[in-house]
Amino acid sequence: MKNILLVLLISIMGFSTQAQEKKDKNAKREITVKGNCDMCKKRIEKAAYSVSGVKSAIWSSENQQLSVILNEQKSATDQIEKAVAKAGHDTKNEKAASEDYANLHECCAYERN
Amino acid sequence: MNKFYALVLVLFIALQAKAQDTLRSVEIKTDASSTKKSYRKVTNTATMTSKELLKAACCNLAESFETNPSIDVNFSDALTGTKQIKMLGLTSPYLMITEENIPSVRGASQAYGLTFTPGTWIESIQITKGAGSVVNGYESISGQINTELIKPISDIPFFLNVYGSSDSRFEVNTHFNKKITEKWSSSLFVHGNTRVQKMDNNDDGFMDNPLGKQINILNRWQFADAEKGWVSFINFRYMNDEKQTGELDFDPNRDKGTTNFWGSEINTERFDVSTKLGYVFPNMPYQSIGFQNAFTSHKQDSYFGLNDYQITQKSFYSNLILNSIIQNTKHRFATGLNFTYDDYNEFLAVPSISGVYDRIDTSFGAFFEYTYDNLDNFSLVAGARVDNHNRLGVFATPRIHVRYNPWEKGVLRASVGRGKRSANIFAENQQLFASSRAFDILNSSGKIYGLNPEIAWNYGVSFLQGFTLFTKSADVTLDFYRTDFQNQAIVDLYASPQQALFYNGKSFANSFQLEFNIDLMTHLNFRTAYKYYDVQTEYISGEAQRPLQAKHRYFANLGYATHIGEKGRQWKFDFTYNWLGKQQLPNTASNPVADRLPEYSPSFSLMNAQVTRTFSSSFEMYAGAENLGNYKQDKAILGNENPFGTNFDTSIVYAPVFGQMFYAGLRFKIK
Repeated sequence: MKNILLVLLISIMGFSTQAQEKKDKNAKREITVKGNCDMCKKRIEKAAYSVSGVKSAIWSSENQQLSVILNEQKSATDQIEKAVAKAGHDTKNEKAASEDYANLHECCAYERN
Repeated sequence: MNKFYALVLVLFIALQAKAQDTLRSVEIKTDASSTKKSYRKVTNTATMTSKELLKAACCNLAESFETNPSIDVNFSDALTGTKQIKMLGLTSPYLMITEENIPSVRGASQAYGLTFTPGTWIESIQITKGAGSVVNGYESISGQINTELIKPISDIPFFLNVYGSSDSRFEVNTHFNKKITEKWSSSLFVHGNTRVQKMDNNDDGFMDNPLGKQINILNRWQFADAEKGWVSFINFRYMNDEKQTGELDFDPNRDKGTTNFWGSEINTERFDVSTKLGYVFPNMPYQSIGFQNAFTSHKQDSYFGLNDYQITQKSFYSNLILNSIIQNTKHRFATGLNFTYDDYNEFLAVPSISGVYDRIDTSFGAFFEYTYDNLDNFSLVAGARVDNHNRLGVFATPRIHVRYNPWEKGVLRASVGRGKRSANIFAENQQLFASSRAFDILNSSGKIYGLNPEIAWNYGVSFLQGFTLFTKSADVTLDFYRTDFQNQAIVDLYASPQQALFYNGKSFANSFQLEFNIDLMTHLNFRTAYKYYDVQTEYISGEAQRPLQAKHRYFANLGYATHIGEKGRQWKFDFTYNWLGKQQLPNTASNPVADRLPEYSPSFSLMNAQVTRTFSSSFEMYAGAENLGNYKQDKAILGNENPFGTNFDTSIVYAPVFGQMFYAGLRFKIK
């Protein structure tokens, strides 16, 4: 019983110290990603999570932004952009291949430029 | 014990050094719909917003569930006018009732605790069927009810509610709110209610509702610093409630302790202080720490004829919780520690039992709850806790919930969990004091009144499907839950009508619910539910249905609101219908014919209706009626002619005692 508690305690302390020392482990980044609907949201976020080091990924259709928190020791935003583009969604720096775009559900057919 | 204090100390130091913390996020919902079912949540939780609460007379939390099909509202006795709630066929002691995630109605306050939270204070109520989370404790068995009160930071500067009803009950609620600084806000809620006139509509010589007065004051402070991630709440609360009931001619000053007239007084005084401190890591919004502490002092002084009952409970509750993720937000966890201390002083004098039952309970536990969400159609919450309790021993409480969306708007949920608790048999069965029953506890080796702790497993499956029917949005829900008691503190009313037996034994409760909701037109909503209960206990005399439980129940609610017009003008109409099937009644076969009840109660139906007229965004009036059909229980009090005789019993109540009741009120707001 006592051991469990101690472990818990140490882990709680561990978490907070970790948070303060290495900022780049929790880098907040915004990536412009095109999409339309809830289905797009699921797909975009899923693609983002497939990149290792991504801790949180939330896409908003309103401002067409994907907000991520990622461990930059493990990966960088260009990897996320690639993964998202591969799923069929254009990002600021990566364009989806036309066949990937064509495979999207009709409600997800966002306007390309 | 020393080790334990050392740990608590270390914890405090750790906290102060870091000084960080949050609670589970509190959502403030201002949606159109007044009761919400989620397609995404893992647990089977329905959220009632304050809008839903406005649909009924709804003076306090106990009366808030009239329009909700998951909770059955029953009548606890023929004297106190208290409404008793049940979920999955089990009474409220088997529910974890929390206020802002701090356990609130427990121990000494089981019988009347829900009537001590005024309805106007409530922002929303979350009703969870089944096992529930391990975060708040191990006691919940059939479900959890969490109440969120209005938050100082989002409250309006002034609110006034005045209410009066034909059963001579009057209420006043005033809320004051002030933003002190950018970060500090404070609210002061003052509630008073009183019932001033003795009424006896069923001519049995006894008041149908008690005379009473209650004063209830809450002062809360909220601190919020969004940039730095800090949130804090500090609450102070004082409540004093007095009830007098019994024969019309009973005068407490003259007749207390005598057999002139039968009477009863129940006086409760309560004081609460609670604090919450939450910290969300600004660079990691998915990680937070929460620390909650609550101290409560609850004192009930009461007598029921010649029976005496006093209970004082001093409680301290502390909960430390860390929420974070593993790798990414698909894998979340919550972990932490709880500490609970309860000091009970209890005195009881009824025929056959008289004595002091003082006890101190302490428990210390750790929990870990893991949540997986594939962000699409599947999620899972698996939790476990280990507690060390001075009476219940060292034990584990596992609970698991899963959610799967097989197709659009379809949700399949399942849960399994264990609960364990010590039954406060006297506090929870106070209605039996107002009878000539002799109490008899048949076990003597257990650690709580001679009884062993109650242990139960709860299993449930639920399926919700939303669809469109002739362009109208609708949903249907099927729920099946089973609670299996390996050990329960059984209250046996089947032996002799002059006895109440308590002993340990096995029981189960199966419940099935079919619910259908549809928006018939814009602003016209129809809700209906059929419920089936099979609640059986292994009594000494054999396996039997638990008394005062309808096997079949039917519920319907129709709500209509007009378009919001100029300056917020609007009409709202609400109608609720409840049908209760026959209920098995406690044994009265050996009583003389005049004081005998049939084996089963008749089935009956109840109707409530309400109209609200909003004149502007700051002023509205409402009027309504409860029990429109004026249904009353035939004989609510057995032996009313001779209340000090052997057949007196006010506890066998299956229907309303008071007939039709009309009420009206107004709400005034300054925004």
